[in-house]
Amino acid sequence: MTGNEAMAESAVRSGCQFYAGYPITPQNELTAYMAKRMPEEKRVFIQAESELAAINMVYGASAVGRRAMTSSSSPGISLKQEGISYLAGSELPAVIINVVRGGPGLGNIASAQSDYFQATRGGGHGDYYTPVLAPAGVQEASELVSCAFDLADFYRTPVLILADAIVGQMMEPVTLKAQSAAKQRGLAKGGRTAHSARKDWALGKKKKKPQNIIRSLFIKEGALEAHNQKLLTKWNKIKSQQQRHSTYKIKDADYLIVAYGSQARIVQAAVDSLRKEKIKVGLFRPISLWPYPVKALKRAAKGVKKILVVEQSLGQMVEDVKLTLATKNIYFMGRAGGGIPQETEIINWIKKNL
Amino acid sequence: MKIIYDLPKSLKKVPAHYCPGCGHGIVHRLVAQVVDELNLGKKIIGVAPVGCAVLAYDYWNFDVSEAAHGRALAVATGIKRCLPDNFVFTYQGDGDLASIGLAETIHTANRGENITCVFINNACYGMTGGQMAPTTLLGQKTATTPKGRESEKKEGWPLQISDIIAGLKGVSFVARSSVSNPARVKQTYGYIKQAFGKQIDKKGFSLVEVLSPCPTIWQKTPYKAGRWVEEKMSKVFPLGIIKK
Amino acid sequence: MKKKFQVKIEKNKCKGCGLCIAYCPVKHLVFPKDLNKKGRKYAQVNKENKCIGCGACFLICPDAAVKIYEEK
Repeated sequence: MTGNEAMAESAVRSGCQFYAGYPITPQNELTAYMAKRMPEEKRVFIQAESELAAINMVYGASAVGRRAMTSSSSPGISLKQEGISYLAGSELPAVIINVVRGGPGLGNIASAQSDYFQATRGGGHGDYYTPVLAPAGVQEASELVSCAFDLADFYRTPVLILADAIVGQMMEPVTLKAQSAAKQRGLAKGGRTAHSARKDWALGKKKKKPQNIIRSLFIKEGALEAHNQKLLTKWNKIKSQQQRHSTYKIKDADYLIVAYGSQARIVQAAVDSLRKEKIKVGLFRPISLWPYPVKALKRAAKGVKKILVVEQSLGQMVEDVKLTLATKNIYFMGRAGGGIPQETEIINWIKKNL
Repeated sequence: MKIIYDLPKSLKKVPAHYCPGCGHGIVHRLVAQVVDELNLGKKIIGVAPVGCAVLAYDYWNFDVSEAAHGRALAVATGIKRCLPDNFVFTYQGDGDLASIGLAETIHTANRGENITCVFINNACYGMTGGQMAPTTLLGQKTATTPKGRESEKKEGWPLQISDIIAGLKGVSFVARSSVSNPARVKQTYGYIKQAFGKQIDKKGFSLVEVLSPCPTIWQKTPYKAGRWVEEKMSKVFPLGIIKK
Repeated sequence: MKKKFQVKIEKNKCKGCGLCIAYCPVKHLVFPKDLNKKGRKYAQVNKENKCIGCGACFLICPDAAVKIYEEK
């Protein structure tokens, strides 16, 4: 299966009841898959008139308590930012998949990691964050989609999947879980997976309260500040509970390479080559880009001589690494616009900078 | 004593924040009245716009969602598709429906979504201080057409959005009325009830446009604002059923 | 027997827009000289009850401040 298809099937198996999307490369396989699969399960698929409409349809579906998802690629995600801000403000759960392509503007349709800032800093207007999960392969992509639904329901927040075009388009064997994979991976920390949450706040429910309102407007003096403080408490909780990462051969490493998504796969190959030459290199791969896995990165960086951050961008995640570690030994290698830092480039850099 | 004109149960007993003579209060009451009469209280879900009526949920006694500016019909689509047996309507102004939300409006109507739209046309942007709306009349002075709207200056003509929507196949009912005098209020009530009826019968998209006075922005007394609706606005936007 | 009606206007909900007064066919409604709690003019019924129960004031009131009763 391609990454796009695996994410779609995983969404279906995770109980996604509503999908709305708009065509954009390189995520079209996902929308097409949902167009076929969702009606089979008697669930809702809508090809919306725009990304704006799609995200707001998701807003409506989420407002009535349904698991809802949309997907797009960079320029389309820019359009969705308005809706994501409203989702965050109204505390509505939703899953948004961004299969990132090159930018700015129309850019191109090649793989890129240039939406890191947008994804990890809220992205739209207002003071908010969304959890961001970055898969490095098809299996993980499918599992993280499932996890994203649980996180979204549990914390009442939109959750972003930041995949790149390589992850979206490549084919790999995948074992799909029958249902939410979150429990098995210990991903939805905090006990109950919110899959079964009752969502008493949703519209159209039979309930004792006469009225439920979905709102992000708080016009009375002090009301918005109080709401923002409430959201801050939530972000802080997510920050402390939901940092995810993986490491590769870092135990005795003198040199640490930090990379995520498809780029981490390339780095892993470089690590293997360098290890054969007895150069002690390890890989640190953030899986949650927000919250950034600061605790684990600090541990991994202990005693390391140099840290190299490799990205398919001109240098975005490197800022989080610098913020986390506050040392001078952090170096950056990146290419943008569809350029991908190659295994040999990484090997050569390490050898030159030993 | 027997009460013969009573307020609907779906309307909260609180004073509204609207200016004196504003048409929103009347239309809020009419919607609540129809909800009561058709016994939709437990099934109704409203979508409030961005504009003066964003706080409509402070006055209605049922479930309401906000929507981003212009996106009410997209939000309503999401709701209705998930809960097809519930009753879903949007309440939108001219800027919301006919300008920033034009794509959502046309496509929701064209898909034939089984949703009712109550469209308040007051020929201006009231909440932001009276700028030109797509429905502003030629010659009408606004904050952004200080000399009056002129088509020669490429400011466009009053957009006949209801007529455009009526031309789409997915649409079951379109009518235009006003709340400028008691007789028109009654007519508007009838249209809203018919439109809601179309949704109950699963006939597709229905819309009622209500010409509604904005005395504050128009700088007229509430009575004269109503007269202006009858004498000027209704000439440009003729009242009656457009599609049935 | 001729039916008798009573209009009741919630004084503090009224914003004094005057629409009910303008559309009352029997000139039953007036502005008293004082102001309501909110410092606004407000509509009230005239002393002599001429109400015919037509409902015009109820229909046109933008503030849901009017109710009409029938006397028995």
